[in-house]
Amino acid sequence: MAAEPLPAGDPAEPLISARGLVKTFGDFTAVDAIDVDVRPGEAFGFLGPNGAGKSSTMKMIGCVSPPSAGSLRIMGLDPATHGPAIRARLGVVPQRDTLDEELTVEENIWVYGRYFGLSRSEVRRRAAELLEFAQLAERSRSVVEPLSGGMKRRLTIARALVNQPRILLLDEPTTGLDPQARHVLWDRLFRLKREGVTLVLTTHYMDEAEQLCDRLVVMDHGRIVAEGSPRSLIEEHSTREVLELRFDSDDHREHLAAVDGVADRVEVLPDRLLLYTADGESAQAELGRRGVEPLSSLVRRSTLEDVFLHLTGRTLVD
Amino acid sequence: MARSLPLPAGAGMARMLVERNYRSFRRTWTVLVSGFFEPVFFLFSMGVGIGALVGDVEVGVGRTVPYAVFVAPALLAASAMNGAVFDSTTNVFFKLKYARLYDSVLATPLGPRDVAVGEITWALLRGLVYSGAFLVVAALAGAVTTWTALLAVPAATLIGWAFASIGMATTTYMRSWADFDFVQLAILPMFLFSATFYPLSTYPPALQWVVQATPLYHGVAMVRDLMLGTVDQGILVHVAYLAAMGAIGTVWTSRRIASLLLR
Repeated sequence: MAAEPLPAGDPAEPLISARGLVKTFGDFTAVDAIDVDVRPGEAFGFLGPNGAGKSSTMKMIGCVSPPSAGSLRIMGLDPATHGPAIRARLGVVPQRDTLDEELTVEENIWVYGRYFGLSRSEVRRRAAELLEFAQLAERSRSVVEPLSGGMKRRLTIARALVNQPRILLLDEPTTGLDPQARHVLWDRLFRLKREGVTLVLTTHYMDEAEQLCDRLVVMDHGRIVAEGSPRSLIEEHSTREVLELRFDSDDHREHLAAVDGVADRVEVLPDRLLLYTADGESAQAELGRRGVEPLSSLVRRSTLEDVFLHLTGRTLVD
Repeated sequence: MARSLPLPAGAGMARMLVERNYRSFRRTWTVLVSGFFEPVFFLFSMGVGIGALVGDVEVGVGRTVPYAVFVAPALLAASAMNGAVFDSTTNVFFKLKYARLYDSVLATPLGPRDVAVGEITWALLRGLVYSGAFLVVAALAGAVTTWTALLAVPAATLIGWAFASIGMATTTYMRSWADFDFVQLAILPMFLFSATFYPLSTYPPALQWVVQATPLYHGVAMVRDLMLGTVDQGILVHVAYLAAMGAIGTVWTSRRIASLLLR
């Protein structure tokens, strides 16, 4: 009766909670005082261009990088004092596969399970299940090296699940995979989510974020610049629709005057104009009345990509 | 916080890394062969071949032994060193920089101390296998004369620990494979000059001090005492020297792994 409740027992409590979290490397501030709450069972995304601080944040959550300042609690525990206990309940899929290439597919899972202190018979049992889940059962005795990129990624995920984690951390899970492999992987991640695993992922693919994430934050230069569900972010930071206009001209700025006042916001790209508006067809009609005749004119719905580019800019970040 | 502590965190699970290495090793066990034959070849060329020219060596007041009996303990100590150094430098460097093994290990409950202790244990086990096999060959060749020679096996473990731990600590500073030439530059002179092939008294007094400062000298002297049955309190100095080296190397390695990978 009087047993002390586990710190992470309350379903209303956030599984991950960061306040003013900072990571610096010398003079460089990779993560600049972010606040994040991840709730149990949700799929949470960190979006941002390269160098936005996503991976640094993931490493701090993974308890392999000590925060420089601020507070971080994972399942109610402090990584500084309870790193091993937290890591025991985390699954980590790093950006780069770090599979053990000296071992076979099944041995990778056995050995990894042993790092969590599981018995030999238990890791064998779980490996069989996980390889089935990862659609790698018939390759279980193969060495790792000749596997395709998608297979290696699935094996990395299977390996990360051997300790039955409460939270699965995925750093750019589908970067470098072909479309088929990405869809197979997304399907596996959906299943995990249905089983109640909390997913925390970073990505710079907008379709991935829209597919997978219940909630996400957009990071830029170490800061969180927007937060919400994919739908609410689009509503908040973009218009419902976008009208794309192409003209027969080298510099689309010439046509800015012609479309003035038609849309809430106009963006000039090298090859087209983007008109952000709630009603694309009315804008088209208005342009027709004005006698504006673009080469092509296309109405589409706003996507997360519009939000992302609006928030983080179109300048290339390296 | 980890930086202010003398020894970084571990979960007491270093044995899991040893188990991993064993699993990987089962496919590549043939590499053991060369490490075993090297000292055996030396024993026969030096001990038997050159020994015929050298004759007996004085090992105490009024006691002489055949040259092979004199040189065998040194070769055993050197093979423990070589096995440990090879594994803790080349193999660890590959796992650290290319296979990124420790990145994935540190994502589990294991900590940097587990990585250090696991790898050093594995490397000293390798030294132990070399020296154990060598002891058998030396015994068959008649170069073992007393039962205390059996204690050369734990002694070889101690030598392996000392060299594996310093070897792994050094490896964390390596930038490329070219840096491994420096390892050879340290190992080869020690192998040749640590009173391995002739007694310490051959050197002038000033040089004797230099030789006595190097770790392999203590390994050779310790194993030689045990295999010739000339053990006295002096052996404690050798044991203390090598144990201190092992302990310092283990702590140093743990801290280096933490500062390299847990940034």
